[in-house]
Amino acid sequence: MKFLTAIVGHIGGALLLLVRSLKFSSTLPRQFPRFIEQCYLIGYTTLPIVTILSFFIGSVLALQSGYSMENFGAKQFIGTLVGLTMARELGPVMVAILVAGRVGSAITAELASMKVYQEIDALLTMNISPERMLVLPRLAAVVVMMPVLAIIANLCGWYGGALVCQYTHSISVDSEAYFTALKLYMKPRDIVDGLVKAEVFGFVIVNVCCYIGLSTRGGPREIGASVTKAVVTSLILILVLDYFVTKALLMS
Amino acid sequence: MTTFTASPFVGKTFGVSVANLTKRFGRTTVLHDINLEVKPGEIFVIMGPSGSGKSVLLKHVAGLETATSGTVHLGEYDAANPATRDKVRLALVFQAGALFNSLSVYDNLALYPREHRQCNEAGIRDRVMHALQILSLEDSARVFPSELSGGMKKRVAIARALVMEPQLLLYDEPTSELDPVMSATITEIIATLREQTAVTSLVVTHDRDLALNIADRIAIIIDGRIRATGKPADFKQPADPVIANFFNPVIDLKNPRFKQLENSHE
Repeated sequence: MKFLTAIVGHIGGALLLLVRSLKFSSTLPRQFPRFIEQCYLIGYTTLPIVTILSFFIGSVLALQSGYSMENFGAKQFIGTLVGLTMARELGPVMVAILVAGRVGSAITAELASMKVYQEIDALLTMNISPERMLVLPRLAAVVVMMPVLAIIANLCGWYGGALVCQYTHSISVDSEAYFTALKLYMKPRDIVDGLVKAEVFGFVIVNVCCYIGLSTRGGPREIGASVTKAVVTSLILILVLDYFVTKALLMS
Repeated sequence: MTTFTASPFVGKTFGVSVANLTKRFGRTTVLHDINLEVKPGEIFVIMGPSGSGKSVLLKHVAGLETATSGTVHLGEYDAANPATRDKVRLALVFQAGALFNSLSVYDNLALYPREHRQCNEAGIRDRVMHALQILSLEDSARVFPSELSGGMKKRVAIARALVMEPQLLLYDEPTSELDPVMSATITEIIATLREQTAVTSLVVTHDRDLALNIADRIAIIIDGRIRATGKPADFKQPADPVIANFFNPVIDLKNPRFKQLENSHE
């Protein structure tokens, strides 16, 4: 019961933080430099790892599906499988996991250390809202950068799959056939659904990581504990939300 | 005495009234029914041993803690109400400085006027450089807090408070961890600021010399209770043995306190 109360309390706290931050939306144009800085941190610094991992995820997907689909004589549909899986599922989920691990942990560590070393208290006494200065620019930046990262992840995954199909002897599906199959059964809606998922995940990651960072109590040891908590909570939420968002998108 | 000219503070200065303030953290009561009245323009010093609740009391005045019971008012405004910060310009000099580590000293000082759009960049620069000059920190404007010594961090924290042109100035242990000369300088700055700007100053400290030299009134907190309040002269030869021991602890190597503590457990 105590555990449930704590969970409900945290959900309420995170939602309250979100509402308080969005209340300052009209101040965003004034905070343009902070927004750009966060776009750089969320987007640009995550880009190399997203590129490399999505390329190899697409490659492995093509390799595995090539191996199994050969038994059904359906090798020509590898492009469709890789394309749809990357766009609808693996692209957004993988980007979200990378953002949670790389950016979410950094956000929590920064805000938790500001809290522990009384910088947040200093902001409050200066009548500067931490929600406006610290949370809102990050939320805005993740909303802009998540679809960009997801599109790049999709492209890298698709090209990874194409290369494997072309140069793996046992598969031997050339790039033209691969991309024809990819385009044949994929609708713009499939890509849009993936981008919607990426947006939802990004928004939740930043909100949760900011909330946990700003709720840190105690000394420097708690900073590490908060980072772990933020990353684990984000990963759980990504996978749980993935099911519900996918279901909602398929039903709509 | 340090000589400098602070820019005239805008608006009136506020007094502080604390009424029946009690604070509990779990089962521990940190403050017991505290009552205090700080007059506008006064330097009021709160003293007491470590862990007596001084800093918690200061956090209540700054609106950073919520009372279990009782009230804290800044003038006529409730300190616990966040809207009070729109009405009372309050600055708190934190014990460890609480400087923003990701910003340079200059940007730390410029943050408040920038965020509150008080003036253009040229005006902000004037205000920041003036505050830095007061505390002899002009050469450190572009330095980051991690590169500063403890004493310099404290001076930057005071400079940041000055830039805010506060109507109520709170100091949490402003002279702790400083050498005697720097302690004396900070003490002079607190006194001179009040003299030139009539800002109400609430100082939490262990520093006997600071309290006796510049306070208008002193309150002693022991175990979360106000033990005594009075003028500095009242504490030069205190009759209360607990306060006398706090102000003038005798170092007795033949009968050390830690042995008494050990014996008390037997």
